[in-house]
This record gives sequence, C-alpha cells and structure tokens, in this order.
Amino acid sequence: MIRLTVNDKEYSLDVEPDTPLLWVLREQLSLTGTKYGCGKAQCGACTVQVDGIALRSCVFPIAAASGKKITTIEGLERSGKLHKIQRAWIEADAPQCGYCQSGMIMATVALLETTPSPSDADIDDQITNICRCGTFQEVRQAIHLAAADQD
Amino acid sequence: MKAEVKISRRVFLARSALACSGLAIGVAIPTAANATETGNIRSDEVNAWVVVRSDDTVLIRIARSEMGQGTLTGLAQLVAEELECDWSKIVTEFPTPGESAKRGRPWGAFGTFGSHGIRDSHEYVRKGGAIARELLVLAAAKRLRVHRGDCRANNGVIIHAPSGRRFRYGEVAEEAARLAQDIQPKEFNFDSLVLKSPADWKIIGKPLKRLDTGDKVNGKQVYGADVRLPDMLNASVRRCPVFGGRLKSYRSANVLQQRGIEKVVTIGDDAIAVVADTWWRANKALDNLDIQWDEGPNATQTSDAVDAMLREGLSSEDAVVGNRNGDPERMFDNTEQMLEAVYAYPHQTQAPMEPMNATVFYDGHRCEAWVPTQDGEKAFQEVVRASELPPAQCEVHKLIIGGGFGRRGHYDDDFLSQAVQIARQVPGRPVKLLWSREEDMTHSRYHPVMHCKLQAAISNQGQLQGLRMRLCGQSILAGARPQLYARFNHKDPFVFQGLNRGGDASIGYGIPSLLIDYVMRNSHVPPGFWRGVNINQNALFLECFMDELAEAAGKDPYRFRREHMHEHPNHRAVLDAVADRIGWDQSAPEDRYRGLAQAHAYGSYVAAACELSVSEGNRVKIHRIVAATDCGYAVNPAQIRRQVSGSFVFGLSALFMQACTVKGGRIEQHNFDTYPSMRMAQTPEVETIIMESRADTWGGVGEPTIAVAAPAVLNALYRATGKRYRDFPLSKHGLLLV
Repeated sequence: MIRLTVNDKEYSLDVEPDTPLLWVLREQLSLTGTKYGCGKAQCGACTVQVDGIALRSCVFPIAAASGKKITTIEGLERSGKLHKIQRAWIEADAPQCGYCQSGMIMATVALLETTPSPSDADIDDQITNICRCGTFQEVRQAIHLAAADQD
Repeated sequence: MKAEVKISRRVFLARSALACSGLAIGVAIPTAANATETGNIRSDEVNAWVVVRSDDTVLIRIARSEMGQGTLTGLAQLVAEELECDWSKIVTEFPTPGESAKRGRPWGAFGTFGSHGIRDSHEYVRKGGAIARELLVLAAAKRLRVHRGDCRANNGVIIHAPSGRRFRYGEVAEEAARLAQDIQPKEFNFDSLVLKSPADWKIIGKPLKRLDTGDKVNGKQVYGADVRLPDMLNASVRRCPVFGGRLKSYRSANVLQQRGIEKVVTIGDDAIAVVADTWWRANKALDNLDIQWDEGPNATQTSDAVDAMLREGLSSEDAVVGNRNGDPERMFDNTEQMLEAVYAYPHQTQAPMEPMNATVFYDGHRCEAWVPTQDGEKAFQEVVRASELPPAQCEVHKLIIGGGFGRRGHYDDDFLSQAVQIARQVPGRPVKLLWSREEDMTHSRYHPVMHCKLQAAISNQGQLQGLRMRLCGQSILAGARPQLYARFNHKDPFVFQGLNRGGDASIGYGIPSLLIDYVMRNSHVPPGFWRGVNINQNALFLECFMDELAEAAGKDPYRFRREHMHEHPNHRAVLDAVADRIGWDQSAPEDRYRGLAQAHAYGSYVAAACELSVSEGNRVKIHRIVAATDCGYAVNPAQIRRQVSGSFVFGLSALFMQACTVKGGRIEQHNFDTYPSMRMAQTPEVETIIMESRADTWGGVGEPTIAVAAPAVLNALYRATGKRYRDFPLSKHGLLLV
C-alpha cells in the first residue's frame, strides 16, 4: 500500500509501484484535470506540485510519492474561491483548447512561490510547457496579472 | 390524419430551407413533439438553435466543433445578436449528429475545418436566432392579446410599448415553443425576416471573452481523454509502424495473467490492442506481447527516396495546370535575367496536445461514441459503418477538443474506427481507446510533402515578366478524400491554394506570363489536413521567391511586391499595413533584420512582417511580429488576435523544428523530444492589425495567418545571414530558435 496526500485528502493505494503519479491521479483518484500529453516529461501538461515543487507527474513513479503531499489543479480552489492564478487566467482569457492549461497554471504556481514578481526573463526560464494553440502571449499576461494581485 | 399534417409540414420546412440562400439550413422550426420520429424536442426549445429556460438562461446549440479556435463563442455571438438576449445568461451545447439526422439537419453542417465555422454559417445561425426571437415576441403578444408590431425585444425582455408591460424570455419560452409547432406557413413567413444591419450590431464585433474558459482553468473540463463511464474499460493500441504493413504474430498468454488485463484484441489486419481496467496497465502490456510485424512493401522506404521521386516530378510531363496566363512557354526567349530556385516542404504532423481518443459503447443493438471530432456527422457515419448497425441505433457525442489542427478531420480507418472495433469485442461495456503520443506521431495524417521549382524572367527595368511554378508532391484529396478526388476528375484543385487566378485563395501579383502546374507524386505516408493545408507551402514558395526576385531586380522586397500588385488592392492593403506598422521605411534597430510576406486564403487577406537577429551564427531571436488580417466582418476581435498570435507558434514551430522523416518505411519521430514545439521563451510578441471590415464579407481566421509566418521569417533570415534556406525544418541547417 502506498500512502499519500492529494489536495489535503489522504489516500492508501494498492497500485504497482512503477505506476506514474499521473495515472494514479487520473485513473485511481478520478482527478482528470491533470493531463497526459507525452509521457516523457516533455510537454508539461501533467505538471503537479509534490511537496511544493512543480513536477511532471507522467514520469514520477507513485512509489516516490509515498508520504508526500500532492496538489493538483483541482486543489487550487480554496473554500469555493479560485486561486489568484486561475482568476488571472480568466481575466486574460488565456486558454484556447485548454488542454495544456492545467499544467501551465501549476507551473505558474511554483514560479510565483519562488519568484512573486517575475520578469519576462523569469517567465521564459521557468514556464517551459508546450502549448500547440500558442497561447503564450496571453499566458505571459496572465502570469503578470496574477503576480500583481496582492490577494 | 396526424401523419398527413406532419408530411405537409416537412414539405414546408424543406421549401423554407431551399429559399434561404441555398444553404442547408438552420431555419427549420421544430417539426413535431413526437420524439420517436423527430428527435428529442424539449418543451422549452424555442427552435433548433435556442432553448430558453424558465430562469432566463439561454441555451444556444452550436453544431461546429470547438477545439480552441473560439468558434463556439463567435457563433453564439451571431445567434445572440439576432435573439436580442442577455449575453451573460448564455450557455451552449453541442447537438448530436444522431439528433441532427432525425430532425433533417436543422443545424446544417457540423464539419469544422477550412476556417469554415463562421464564414459558412453566419447567415443561417443568425436566422436561427432571429426566428427564435420572433417566436418569443409573438408568444408575448399573444398572451397580452396585442399586436406583435407594438412589441419589441431587448436584452432578454419583450416590452409592449403602449402599455409598458413586459415579459422576460423565460416567462414565454414554452408558449413560444408551442407556437412554433402550431403556426402555419401562411401565417408567418420566416424567410421574410430581415437580419440586423451591421450598424445595429451590439454583440457581433465585440471583443467578448470566450464562453468556455471557466472549466479550463480548474480541471473540470471533460475532454475525450477524460471521459469516464460506469463499468468502463480502457484500451491502448499499437498499429504496424510501417504504413501498409500487417500484424504477423503476438503472444498474449503472459499479458493476460497480468493485473487488470481484460482482453487482447486485434483490429483489422494491422493493429493490436490491450483492453484493461486502466489505460496505464493496457499501454504497458503492449510492450510484452512480443509483436511481430509483416512490414510489407514499404519496409525499405526512406525520406530520401520520397524526395528523389518528387525531384523527378519537377521536370515530368504529366502536369495539371492550375493557373496560366500570357505566353509562359516563351517567357524566357528574350529575357534579360532568369532566376531559378527549388524549395522543398517536409511531412509534418499536427500533434494536438490531446492525443487521439474515442470512447465507445456497443452491445449488439446500440453503438454510441464519445469522441473529440472536427466533424460530428462524419464521425457518426464512421460509427454506423464500423458498427454495422442502422443509423437509428447509433449516436455520437462530441466533446470540447484538446486541439485539432486538421488531425481530427479524418475518419476512415482511424482512431474512431479502431475504438468501435475494440468495443465490438467487449460488448456491453464502454471502452475508451486513448492513443499514446507515440501512436499519435507515427500514425497521423501528415502535412503533404511538396517540392517546388520556380523560374522567373525579369526585365531590364526590374519587372517580373514571367513566372513558372512547378509543384510536385502529395495530394491530400487523393489520399484522404478519394471519393471527392474522383468527383474532381482525379485532379486535386486544392494543391493550388493561394495561387489561384481569382476567387478565394488567389495569387496577389499580376504577372504578364504565368504558368503554375502540379505533378502528383504520392508517397506511402498518408497525407492529411494540417492547419492551413496547402497554403502553407505555396505561400512559402512564392513569398520567398518574390524576395529572391526583388534582390535580382535590385529592388526593395516590399516595393518590388507592390509594383506587381496594382490589380490586387486587398492583398496590397494588408502588406501596406504591416510594412507601415513595423516601420519598413525607417531602418531597423542595429543588428536586426526584417522580412515580410502576404497571402490570401479562407476568404481572408493576411500579411506579416518580422524583425529578428542572429547571434553566434545560428541562434535566431525573433523580436517582433506584426500581422494584419482582413477577414471582412471581425465577429470577435479579441479571439481573432489570439488566433493570429497562436498561428505564429504553430507556423514557426513547423519552420524551425518540425519534420516527420521516414526510415525503414516508418516515421522516425515519436514524441516531442524529436518533434519539438515552440515554448514561451521562443515565442515573439505578435502585434495584430485587424483591417477595417469589408462589407458583406466573412473570412476565416483560424488558418490563413500560418502561411505568412514562415516566409516573413525566412526573408528576414536571408537579410541577417545572406543565406537562402530552401528545405526544412531550419534545425537541419543547425539553426536554433531562441
């Protein structure tokens, strides 16, 4: 049995230890907001937070997540209120197809925790997710909006 | 007796459909309440397009697919404009293809490609909104026992002007719905409804936010890959990596012992799938099947061999002429200067972020599919074909799509067919087939490979006297739409996209002697629609060569183009707009170089100018992009800007880093590590100019701009490096986008 905490809920899971965290989230816990895009940590659609660090969950074996605290896109909302990054995303009207945006938002959560007021260069360095629709211009704007939100 | 009434009613509906601009057609009002014969009509459905709930929520039905391009929002704006409803109360829904078939296609075509969403359905969706409004007003007038002419609708409220009495839409919706069924053709001629003048538009033309954003930022949006049904199984598939090869053998005994594995099934003669409780287990088990392939006749194919075949075609005699004027055979007879260049465009895949998938339930009596598709009706036909059940026992549920780019506009022998065939082998339980990214990249429908030889004659005065363009490569139509191809007498007219004499996708230059022809050479790699389709390579060939010609003529590339655009004011206007905005007449900042390009496709004129620098010989930084779009009426300028800026990510990813190459008959690139896509740091700021609307014109937006991204950058790159790159991607020449 592997024990872990996801979005403040504790789970005990009987799964093969090499199962990537992504597929545990999606298939065992029904948290499908975290997306499969490549399975090779290339695209970032599967980004979640593990003990406060942004990780690409498609290559992160569940055995390594044992005892850790995981936050997914579904866990950003607090008592019915959207996270300021989510609000900024709506304000900037950032998503197009939207499939990569969970990962984009989770990568931004990590960015703003280490760099509350990121420069464009900081954003370039740390937001390395792929978006095939090409929403980068709006995502950049949304990150600046979120950084400026003092809430 | 009742049946007779229905029949006459259908005749009326068919006539009214015909009367409306020849479009087939969304003005049908609900036919009858008999759900078994005419579909599931709700009591609050005012007409096929509009349902008004008692709480005033307005549900607008959208037949086209939403894959990020924003058509859902744009089409809702068109309906809402005529409906005179409260925009904040709108929700949307996709009607199902099965329902459409039962009702006689009240929503028209579902197909979502070719930037068609708005440009082909603007009229009938607005009529759908206008008819619904009219029914709501009539219902209110009837309830008040007043003349309809004394009532008007505004922002979801009907007001009887003389008395000031008012009804909210939600209060009269059910009466309006009943009215729609009772009303006789002679009482009210819906075709006489006049659509609002553009001067009176309140919702069309506004930069409104998308309607589908909320669930995309909190993880709640259910894409096809996220579908979960009770008792559902999951499947992963592997198809012979060599196109045309077959499954020879496999061993399933060990796999079937593994945890969660339900079944190993073959699909046709070339694919095998594992069905399991979870996708992860199914996908992993594929590696343990010891699969042997009979790779077939294409096993030794290479990209080099394909290229050699296309090079031969550049001087072959079996050409189809696409555009011709003057005397192209003699254009070099007395010419002062002749120039020749050969360009080559590689295979590429669309690689939408959501890999291909479909969820299918089949039990021998019924077959239902949940599928992200660009054409619900074609998907429905494929479900009917693959399930071998009558259409009335089939249904397709469309979902918001995680990227399409043309890939999800293919149906024959593709992921949906596979999913149905898997479902038939586990009857009674829904099964979700999700392709791995590797399957997605190696079994796509690829951007056609195309070569182009260009030859030009330039006069002493530096005027272009003649131009010959010989295209040689794959026909998408022949490969992906063989029936349509046959209807065109085995000539694919779409290969000349952007090079036509007039009409849509026309060439923007007047040239005294011109010959553009095409030699078809199909490789074994299945071709497909790739955002922008044939305009991509054609604009690249022509616009890069125009720069080469300008240099040979000793002229500025912008001025040289303009000298040949006297008869093409719309092409010229967008080119002027980008040249002006980027400051073409002033010198660029130090060490920065500029290029520009223009094109016409999907009813829109587009141009781009870029400014870039090159450091350390191979590191390309794009500092600035200016893009102009003339799409006629700009239904939602905010979403147009997003399509335009996104087009540069798609187009420049392709230019710099993307090719699907063939070795041993198979595609060599399997994932984003070998088939990269642009990221944040590489993406330039795009300044979008939306040209002033041309009256009565509705152009597409999702695709045209892609075509000018590559040539604008290549022309700037020449100025920066002195090198003309004529085969792609640029990464093969060691160039990096930074």
